[in-house]
Amino acid sequence: MPEKPDRNAIEVRNVSKLFGSGSAQFAALDRVSVNIRENEFFTLLGPSGCGKTTLLRLIAGFDYPTEGEIFLYGKDIAVLPPFNRPVNTVFQSYALFPHMTVAQNIGFGLEMLGKPKAEVAARVAQMLKLVRMEALAERRTSQISGGQQQRVALARALAPQPRVLLLDEPLSALDYKLRKEMQIELKTLQHETGITFIFVTHDQEEALTMSDRIAVMSAGRILQVGSPWDIYDKPAERFVADFIGESNFLKGTVSDIQAGTGQVRLSSGAVIRATLAEGFTPGGEATVIVRPEHARAVASGGQLSGTVETVVYFGTDTHIHIRLDGGELFTVRQQNARSRSCGFEVGDRAGIEIADDGAQVLRD
Amino acid sequence: MARRTFDIRAQPGFGLLALFTFFALYLPIAALVAYSFNSADSLSRWDGLSLRWFISAWQNSNVQDAAIRSLVLALWAATLATIVATMAALATTRTEPYRGLTFKYAFINQPLMVPEIVTAVALLIVFSRVKVWTGYSGMGYLVLAHTAFCIPFAYLPIRARLESMDLTLERAAADLYATPWQAFRRVTLPLLRPAVIAGFMLAFVISLDDVVITEFVKSGGQDTLPTYMLGQLRRETTPEVNAIATLFLALSVLLVTVFFFVNRRKP
Repeated sequence: MPEKPDRNAIEVRNVSKLFGSGSAQFAALDRVSVNIRENEFFTLLGPSGCGKTTLLRLIAGFDYPTEGEIFLYGKDIAVLPPFNRPVNTVFQSYALFPHMTVAQNIGFGLEMLGKPKAEVAARVAQMLKLVRMEALAERRTSQISGGQQQRVALARALAPQPRVLLLDEPLSALDYKLRKEMQIELKTLQHETGITFIFVTHDQEEALTMSDRIAVMSAGRILQVGSPWDIYDKPAERFVADFIGESNFLKGTVSDIQAGTGQVRLSSGAVIRATLAEGFTPGGEATVIVRPEHARAVASGGQLSGTVETVVYFGTDTHIHIRLDGGELFTVRQQNARSRSCGFEVGDRAGIEIADDGAQVLRD
Repeated sequence: MARRTFDIRAQPGFGLLALFTFFALYLPIAALVAYSFNSADSLSRWDGLSLRWFISAWQNSNVQDAAIRSLVLALWAATLATIVATMAALATTRTEPYRGLTFKYAFINQPLMVPEIVTAVALLIVFSRVKVWTGYSGMGYLVLAHTAFCIPFAYLPIRARLESMDLTLERAAADLYATPWQAFRRVTLPLLRPAVIAGFMLAFVISLDDVVITEFVKSGGQDTLPTYMLGQLRRETTPEVNAIATLFLALSVLLVTVFFFVNRRKP
């Protein structure tokens, strides 16, 4: 893929959005800044109420920021009405026009832009082909299935060739299998059209599999921006590590810091070596995270020890929950081999061996 | 003895009561329609079947004038009321709720709450002054008065429809480069159409039917069909009134039927 890392499609600078007034006032967005690059599949990920949809609405123009600026290719669009922004949206509810056919829905944006009839027709045909809906062009939107409505919504938003496409949890209404299919289809579409996608979701798996970069949001702020790999393997904060994937959290005190790693003394007295998150400042209590797949249960030895509390079989792997001698519960994930159990039973004593760079200290 | 379980559909006496209510409501109307085909000069003595009074009513130039005036007036009033009501409904639903919005609802629906006779007297006083000042005494006053009391009838169905309509549709239109006017023309109005037609029909029938305000506001020679009929009753009454009432009824039924089919014509 051609990389043009310096070109930003969207720049959000210090944007705040306040709702309500007086004591009931709260900040849906709190001085958020983020750059979204051209041609990238960018995901805003976070739990409901974290401000991700608010940020999307500000970029679309359905709402205006209380403070801050939003640039689209260098032009401040923060106060432009939605019909003056070359940005289109795929709505969570699809919002297809029920009194129009599939083709009329797709052509609507071009028609509003005053494009000649022939051009609209040609583009509609092209979009119908892109989303494989040629056969249903003359249907009413109420006469097609949820997955088809989803594709019409996508075609309608793509037809005017927006600079940026906004997608507001567009897959949440689909069942599991269809959602998986659409994830791949969306990713392919993004690649084919070369349009910048900004995708909003609360589904971490969706975010990890589809995105070029992810912004993890919580309580109106962006906590971390990075590639799926960055977000998963180098979470900057406890919240990110907790929200994405599974993690073991251990409390301890850090000492002997050198070259980005430190010794952590846990409450049980055990000492483990851990990498330090960027910007970590020593002093006092710290949280260490260990992903379940970065640790192994062993019969003897290991940096930690405890008693097996539960063993859960998942088909591809087994989760072993071990109550550490320090009192915390620690989960280990082991891949299953054919015709061999994981070797541990409830009540067994077990050691835990943490992979070389498996432990990290996070900012709280 | 077997205990009977309670069933709302099997309550003794309910059927009878329903039947009685039905008759109480429709028997007078049925009698009116029947007697409009009476050939006698009397209102209540049956003499034989005839279209005599229909022909008489049809040829009566006073009836003709009043009927046309009624229809024209209702058309104007219903059209203006529907336009105002649509704008009012948009203004009161496409906004964040604010202090004073409830007051606006009450203000728009005021004609439903203030006794008609009060409005009629008030209009009589104001309009008689205005007539003196301007020297104009045409149909404008009636159109204005009828428009005013028709607005809530057009407003209520339109507002109900707008409230149940998904706001994201309008947002989607704006997102697809439609200006507010284009979004209204291409998305909101087509979806609102059944409610606009319902509001118009309701306003039309309400205007057609009005007696009290019309009686107070009209100048000489501005009788509508209802006020003409009222005037007839004060003098000697002929079965011609029956015939007019029957035609009136037929017109109403026709309107309701047309409305029903127009509304049912769904994609």
